[in-house]
Amino acid sequence: MEVGVGLPTTTPGADGRCVVEWARRAEAGPFASLGVLDRMVYPSVEPLAALAAAAAVTATVRLVTMVVIGPLRNTVLLAKQAASLDLLSGGRLTLGLAIGARADDYQAMGVDRRDRGRRLGDQLAELRSIWEKGEVGPEPVQPGGPPLLAGGLSGEAFARMARTADGYVHGGGPPRAFAGAAAKAWAAWRDLERPGRPQLWGQGYFALGDPDAGGAYLRDYYAFTGPFASKIAAGNLTSGRAVNDFVRGYAEAGCDHLVLLPTVSDPAQLDRLADVLA
Amino acid sequence: MRIGVLGGGPAGLYFALLAKRADPAHELTVVERNTPDATFGWGVVFSEETLGALRDADYPSYVEITDTFARWSAIEVVYGGRTVRSGGHRFSAIARRRLLEILQRRCRDVGVELAFQREAADLDAFADRDLLVAADGVNSTARRLLEPHLRPSLDVHRSKFVWFGTDLVLDAFTFVFRPTPHGMFQVHAYPFDAETSTFIVECTEGTWRRAGLDQAGEEESIAFCQELFAPELGGHKLLSNRSLWTSFVTVRCRSWHHGNVVLLGDAAHTAHFTIGSGTKLAMEDAVALGQALQRHPADLAAAMTDYELERQPVVERFQEAARGSASWFENARRYDGFDPVQFTCNLLTRSGRIGHLELTRRDARFAATVDRFFANRPDLLVPPPPLFAPLRQRALTLANRIALAVGGEDDADAGRLADAAGGRLAEAAATGAGLIVSELVAVAPDGRITPGTPGLWDDGQAEPWAGLSQEVADRGARLALRLGHAGRRGATRPRRQGVDRPLPAGGWPLLAASAVPYVRGSDVPRAMDTGDMERVTGQFANAARLAAVAGVEVLLLDLAHGYLLGGFLSPLANRRDDGFGGAPERRLRFPLQVVAAVRAAWPPDRPLWASLAASDWSPGGLEPGEAVATARALAEHGCDLLQVTAGQATATTRPDYGRFHLVGWSDLIRNDAAVPTMVGGNLTTADEVNTVLAAGRADLCLLDPRYYAGA
Repeated sequence: MEVGVGLPTTTPGADGRCVVEWARRAEAGPFASLGVLDRMVYPSVEPLAALAAAAAVTATVRLVTMVVIGPLRNTVLLAKQAASLDLLSGGRLTLGLAIGARADDYQAMGVDRRDRGRRLGDQLAELRSIWEKGEVGPEPVQPGGPPLLAGGLSGEAFARMARTADGYVHGGGPPRAFAGAAAKAWAAWRDLERPGRPQLWGQGYFALGDPDAGGAYLRDYYAFTGPFASKIAAGNLTSGRAVNDFVRGYAEAGCDHLVLLPTVSDPAQLDRLADVLA
Repeated sequence: MRIGVLGGGPAGLYFALLAKRADPAHELTVVERNTPDATFGWGVVFSEETLGALRDADYPSYVEITDTFARWSAIEVVYGGRTVRSGGHRFSAIARRRLLEILQRRCRDVGVELAFQREAADLDAFADRDLLVAADGVNSTARRLLEPHLRPSLDVHRSKFVWFGTDLVLDAFTFVFRPTPHGMFQVHAYPFDAETSTFIVECTEGTWRRAGLDQAGEEESIAFCQELFAPELGGHKLLSNRSLWTSFVTVRCRSWHHGNVVLLGDAAHTAHFTIGSGTKLAMEDAVALGQALQRHPADLAAAMTDYELERQPVVERFQEAARGSASWFENARRYDGFDPVQFTCNLLTRSGRIGHLELTRRDARFAATVDRFFANRPDLLVPPPPLFAPLRQRALTLANRIALAVGGEDDADAGRLADAAGGRLAEAAATGAGLIVSELVAVAPDGRITPGTPGLWDDGQAEPWAGLSQEVADRGARLALRLGHAGRRGATRPRRQGVDRPLPAGGWPLLAASAVPYVRGSDVPRAMDTGDMERVTGQFANAARLAAVAGVEVLLLDLAHGYLLGGFLSPLANRRDDGFGGAPERRLRFPLQVVAAVRAAWPPDRPLWASLAASDWSPGGLEPGEAVATARALAEHGCDLLQVTAGQATATTRPDYGRFHLVGWSDLIRNDAAVPTMVGGNLTTADEVNTVLAAGRADLCLLDPRYYAGA
């Protein structure tokens, strides 16, 4: 299993310099990827813009969206942005997509929420077609375009993933929850008779040092889930031991690539995480 | 802290006891609306794990509880005139009344205030409390008052049950299945002390009404049940304690706490009595909440979150098992005619918590009885586990019950199987699996999924299959050739880059039941006319002949997956208004015509199989009831085995990819339609396969080992 780290694009207090510095330092660390989250109605950095900045100061780490909310975006523009990012990064983009969970994001964009799952399914296929056709350039560096990941926990989401994406991106939770979702991803993949196997991506939140750090941010970021927000905050990995247990649990559950997302914006977190993982 | 506890059942009392013990400075009051000795029901069952938790939580009550325990380890099933016994299950039970006595006394000992006969219509009486623990049962007042925050859902089960006692002291958890002219009655009975047993009678609502029990009073119900179960009761009496017929309610809550109120036990969740775990879960809740409060002494919100995080996943797993168990008892008629041994195995494995391996661990003698029955080898001391029992159909014998489906790589050239594809099949034949199932082989060029789909429409294409059948057989397996026509799912790109993606160029005209494209962007297929049907029927028969000449031993006709024939069966894909659409028997007409033609062209000594969707996984789509009728018709037309699948009739289905997700439907079709079945889905281990087979839920399993790269 590879382990990556998130960019501080949704956490409070991260300015442009912090995000770029974070990316630069992550490249030097033991991290295989830089991940970003997506949310419209929130003071967060747009994920593809953040990855473009990261691409400019890195050379080897994979750049991954975990996820972008597909139905909020025009597919042709998204295809062009992703192809551009793939070009600018020298073929390092992995594009994760899902429908998101927040009604206000759809409202703000003036996009109908109904039927968003089906639209995401169409969008996955269209992205591939646009990259393959080549009319809307640039040509992605990775043949056929960046690998696509799809998320979600419904049966439709797993089928959608297996039909068109290259892998599954889980939304977070204890290893047991990931293992359950991974089993479904496999089952869907076999059911639809895709050759090969799905890539399985997981994620978790961390803040090392102060055990209370990050909790307020998570409760705010997930406030729309009501009482569930405090459960997510309780899952924040705040000790080296918690991180290692989590990493081991995900590896055992068959995860291919785990991205640990920061809940505070201090680049010193990277050194702490690197120490823990070493 | 000032803590109020609403409800003086086992959960509330036990929590109060633990909280007071943890910190004697806590002020604890339990408010109960009944008198101290009032209790409904009879005995409650515990498991070994629960006992461990109780021992560690409060040793004095643990000793008292376990001192009065009835303990036993057998399950007995009275079915079809025989009694089957299996051991090693390790139960213990206690009278509910006795449990309450012990907990009440312990509470008083440690200084918990108990207030009985006090009704709480609202929560105002607890306004001065720092924490209110609502352990007020399935009809919880607190849950109702906080409904918008806790978001409960109540699911009332269809069957009726009544909770009696009896002075017959059983020595096993006893299930009795008693057919009557009104329908089946079932008993769930177990001992709980030296004089008494719990005796629950259950039946469907229809049976209950037909037997006139909806009109019967308490005395009449007792008389009815006493007579019905006279052979088991042997002169003993049924005892009533406000024992009335009722329907079980499954309670689920999105959240178990709001503000300073937290739910415990039945107030938060219930799980159907057929897995008997209500009190066990409730007392485990009490332990978990007590411990969470100790871990977060200064942060009530964090403690309640912690409690929920720990308990909700456990409870959800029990509720899932309970759901399976409850529906098993509702559908037990399906197993009419089962041998009592296999019936018992099916019952014991009903909720997915116990498998073949666990049964063997618990009672090796019983497991051997099951295996001997399955292998039909009463002579063997050491019978093979079910997956190693050969399967015989017509002249075919499979060495074992494991099938491997070998995926396609879309590498055929003009329908001719690629050498690499043959290599994959041959390699799979060396894995030990008894049967190797090929990728879809198209009956015609326009029946291919992709340009690289293998086909069987001319002699040249048959040639590689001849060598392959032999090679597979040489390696101890048999080859099933999966024959089909992609229909409106044809002319797509190689599936490495995604499924159902139309070819940008070089496609072919598509055929389907109706002129509706499969996904957005697919070509619109032509609705087949009778001329097309005749031609396609001929193509299937021709392919069957070619396969027969090539020495293929099993033909698996694909009547599922939204391909051409499956598209006729599904009301979502088939929108015809002629004789081939509409009512189920009309939708079945063309597929049946193909089956008949193939059966006629296929050697009589070789098995013909078909894959069939039990459900379209979509509103308005094919339902399992219709699939059973279809299965019967297919069997009548010469299908020897059905592969049970689901979904893919359209691209917008709502699949369920959970554990054993197809097994229930295989069980339904196998046992309602009396057709042998093959099932896969998410079966990844030999133990799962043994479990499915031993219980009579399928005859052959498609194994999907995650570590096998060749699938």
